[in-house]
Amino acid sequence: MRKLFSGLNQIAAGLGIALSVAAAPAIATDLTFFYPVAVGGPVTKIVDDMAAAFEKEHPGIRIKPVYSGSYQDTITKVLTANKGGDAPHVSVLLSTDMYTLIDEDAIVPFDELARSDEDRAWMQGFFPGFMKNSQTGGKTWGIPFQRSTVVMYWNKDLFKAAGLDPERPPQNWQELVDYGRKLTQRDASGKVTTWGVQVPSSGFPYWLFQTFTTQAGVELMNAAGTQTYFDKPEVIEALQYWVDLSRKHGVHPQGVVEWGTTPKDFFERKAAIIYTTTGNLTNIRNNAGFDFGVAMLPAGKQRGTPTGGGNFHIFKRATAEEREAAMKFVKWMTAPQRAAEWAIATGYVAVSPAAWETETMKKYVADFPAPTVARDQLQYAVAELSTHENQRVTKALNDGLQAALTGTKTPAQAMQDAQREAERILRAYR
Amino acid sequence: MTAHPLGNGGRLAAIHGWLLLLPAAVLLAAFTHYPAVATFWHSLFTTPRGNRPARFIGADHYRDMLADPIFWTALQNNLVFAAGTILPSIALAMAMALWVNARIAGRGLLRLAYFTPTVLPMIAVANIWLFFYTPDYGLFDQVRGLFGLPAVNWLGSGDTALGAVIVVTVWKEAGFFMIFYLAALQQIPPELGEAAQLEGASRWQRFWRVTFPLLMPTTLFVLINATINAFRLVDHLFVMTRGGPDNATSLLLYYIYEVGFKFWDQGYAAALTMVLLSLLATVALLKFFWLERKVHYQ
Amino acid sequence: MSESVQLTRALVRPIASPAPSGLLADGRIDRLLNTTGAWALGILWLAPLLYAVWTAFHPSAYSTRFDLFAPLTLENFRAAWAAAPFPRYFLNTSILVATILAGQLVLGTLAAYAFARFSFPGRDIAFALVLIQLMIMPDVLVVENYRSIHALGLVDTIPAMALPYMASAFGIFLLRQTFKTIPRELEEAARIEGCGTLGILWRVYVPLAKPTYLAYALVSVSHHWNNFLWPLIVTNTVETRPLTVGLAVFAGTDQGIDWAIITAATLLASGPLLIAFLLFQRQFVQSFLRAGIR
Repeated sequence: MRKLFSGLNQIAAGLGIALSVAAAPAIATDLTFFYPVAVGGPVTKIVDDMAAAFEKEHPGIRIKPVYSGSYQDTITKVLTANKGGDAPHVSVLLSTDMYTLIDEDAIVPFDELARSDEDRAWMQGFFPGFMKNSQTGGKTWGIPFQRSTVVMYWNKDLFKAAGLDPERPPQNWQELVDYGRKLTQRDASGKVTTWGVQVPSSGFPYWLFQTFTTQAGVELMNAAGTQTYFDKPEVIEALQYWVDLSRKHGVHPQGVVEWGTTPKDFFERKAAIIYTTTGNLTNIRNNAGFDFGVAMLPAGKQRGTPTGGGNFHIFKRATAEEREAAMKFVKWMTAPQRAAEWAIATGYVAVSPAAWETETMKKYVADFPAPTVARDQLQYAVAELSTHENQRVTKALNDGLQAALTGTKTPAQAMQDAQREAERILRAYR
Repeated sequence: MTAHPLGNGGRLAAIHGWLLLLPAAVLLAAFTHYPAVATFWHSLFTTPRGNRPARFIGADHYRDMLADPIFWTALQNNLVFAAGTILPSIALAMAMALWVNARIAGRGLLRLAYFTPTVLPMIAVANIWLFFYTPDYGLFDQVRGLFGLPAVNWLGSGDTALGAVIVVTVWKEAGFFMIFYLAALQQIPPELGEAAQLEGASRWQRFWRVTFPLLMPTTLFVLINATINAFRLVDHLFVMTRGGPDNATSLLLYYIYEVGFKFWDQGYAAALTMVLLSLLATVALLKFFWLERKVHYQ
Repeated sequence: MSESVQLTRALVRPIASPAPSGLLADGRIDRLLNTTGAWALGILWLAPLLYAVWTAFHPSAYSTRFDLFAPLTLENFRAAWAAAPFPRYFLNTSILVATILAGQLVLGTLAAYAFARFSFPGRDIAFALVLIQLMIMPDVLVVENYRSIHALGLVDTIPAMALPYMASAFGIFLLRQTFKTIPRELEEAARIEGCGTLGILWRVYVPLAKPTYLAYALVSVSHHWNNFLWPLIVTNTVETRPLTVGLAVFAGTDQGIDWAIITAATLLASGPLLIAFLLFQRQFVQSFLRAGIR
């Protein structure tokens, strides 16, 4: 049945092309493109320029970028517009919104739009780590565009002061604790002046937590987004490690650590090692008044990090002709050369191996090798936590994590409660 | 009372009266009365999603609510928040007004200082308070550091986060309430205080016997306002805690926002709103039947 | 809001000479204690603003430490101004605040006049229904109001932000009380001169209620300039977003908080209101005191 429909779709799309070819000189195809950024920043300018360059190469297509604020604003706007029948044609949205978009019947899989071998090769061209949040049920619903991972930043001066090799970051969980002990500084009264390591836990602690669970060798959810594994022993063990960093080893601040102030804590030398997004590289490069390093996260049983960031999605309500144009646009935007330029301009991780092979990128990392850390870590990357009713399931986990970190629940108790809540929410989707 | 030329209760007067009222009545009905009733109606249905339309489920949302620990936490937090904001902000507002009303050095500047929180947007100042509360190098910890006290993770610990949020709310509200006390104080004839002084009453006695009772109507009015605000002010949560850690600072309206506009479960959000409406209705009834009897103002 | 009770009280009381000076000022020690207490509180209350001014005018590195000799800079304002479309946000907020105020004044005046000077069947019930809004404000009805605004196709428009607030029970109540104190003889005189219902309202009632209008306008403007939750819910784009929501979007970046730029943006956003308050604070308080006393 599904196959038949997709066949029909292809025929319809083919007809659309025939029509569009016939009508090409008369009408241009207008595409509304929602892009999640607050207007006015430098990124807006880059996107505008890219859209203009695309239009120049594709005279029949006009791109109308709409800068729709944060990711949260954008998904809200998209869902509202979708209900009202005026969704955008194409949008960049969090890769974790995939199930929500599918449940709302808002997007089409790229498989239906890819007809030539070239199209299919293009879809294969991205880092597999980034495709994990882009595919479900054997279909590809999103194309990676601005993606990130968690990495570790360390202050080389503080390493030297603690008698550590400033060029060698901790490699595994045990070393992180050992280094942390050496790096944590207390004044005469016993008050901590520098923490060894800091992993933020406000807002979206689940993302940081996924570094530990992946390193513990466990996934938090199934590929269909209908089942979570919050109460698996490895998950509890991972949480125990995070909690122990502060409560047992005393190398990490107690309670919930604010995401927003973590880079500042790093600049102020209040934390010698921080976990944060690759997207902070430019900020830290500009504001750290000391020599710093960027490294892969320390390994537990293995290395690991979740990916993050946004994918391209094409919307269902678009006509066959518009979908065709949108597909061209997405392909153009994610082509190796553009992906490289985009990564350099914004600090996101370039999404395909081919992008790293471009001259532009090679030249860039020759001077500033830090971005390659994120690329090399991708082979250990897993999908960011994403399920049906994503916000709600995520909140259940976030609440459990914060309860354990503030000491109101044991890690086991917190994760069992979170799992029970997730079960209750997801039951309807199985 | 002279008779109205259009006639008291005359038909023309009635038509004019209703016509004058009509525009406001339409908007009030559309955005206050209708939604209050519709909230109840919609709380009996599931939220439509994708291709699934809304379905009547009776009291299921309310049953879920009783079993929802976050709802209970938010309700409990909200009661603590109310208790923690109402009395302190009223007491401070009264003290501020008394000070600013007396001949105190720098009175104009002081009045300005007390009042500034009212004109600053909460969403923006919350970021500044976030700095004050930051462990180690935040303002409060820097001051505590002078006395050798250890750093406290004010917003990141379940024990202190709600208190920290309450302090910000009191800061925001007290100056606004002060204005009403100030207006009231200026209406008190000075002879009353002077008479009490002649009778040998101490300043403290004069305050409790003369000023405080005379301020009673203002106090009641401010009390009601502060109570409503306790269920309405959530802006700072968006910046400071997002309801965390582990819902320790989640208030009812914030939870309603999360359920309604982050989870897009508007049916359940409607059921939660009903709780908020009942709380406010209780306050209204208390005011009407109990307080109103004590204070005649018309 | 029921500021009304207070102001109503002000209406019926005779005007008094200001500041009973003896009340709090017995003795020197007393005075010293009071002054110290008052100023300690005052400094605490000013602290966020003082911090904002300090931080906004110094480089980012000084946002966490006080150094008298830190270099001054306007860079933060430049950066904040460039990082978000503030002119547009200012425009949106101004239109929003003006729309709401205009609506509240016009609708409130008409309704208050009806309640104060007309008797018609259902008046008392209608008045009671109006007063409900003093307790149940649009702020807590966001879920249902969003549904309505969506059904009207008004999501992400300035009218969507303004509509729920345009009929204000507080405004109606306040103006009704003021109108009630105006002698009917004035109305009759105007009628003899040939004024109709609206003419009387415009020529007699509105001019005499000026202090009430001013007090009310100031409360309304400062409230809606800073309103956040409802605009957050119904706006999605720069073309409609008011300053408060713009600030929230602007501050909530993944890169973490830079207080230097955020405080600069805060000062930009609240600047007009702060300056207006500095200039008009005497009138502001006075209008509260005098509302309706004529």
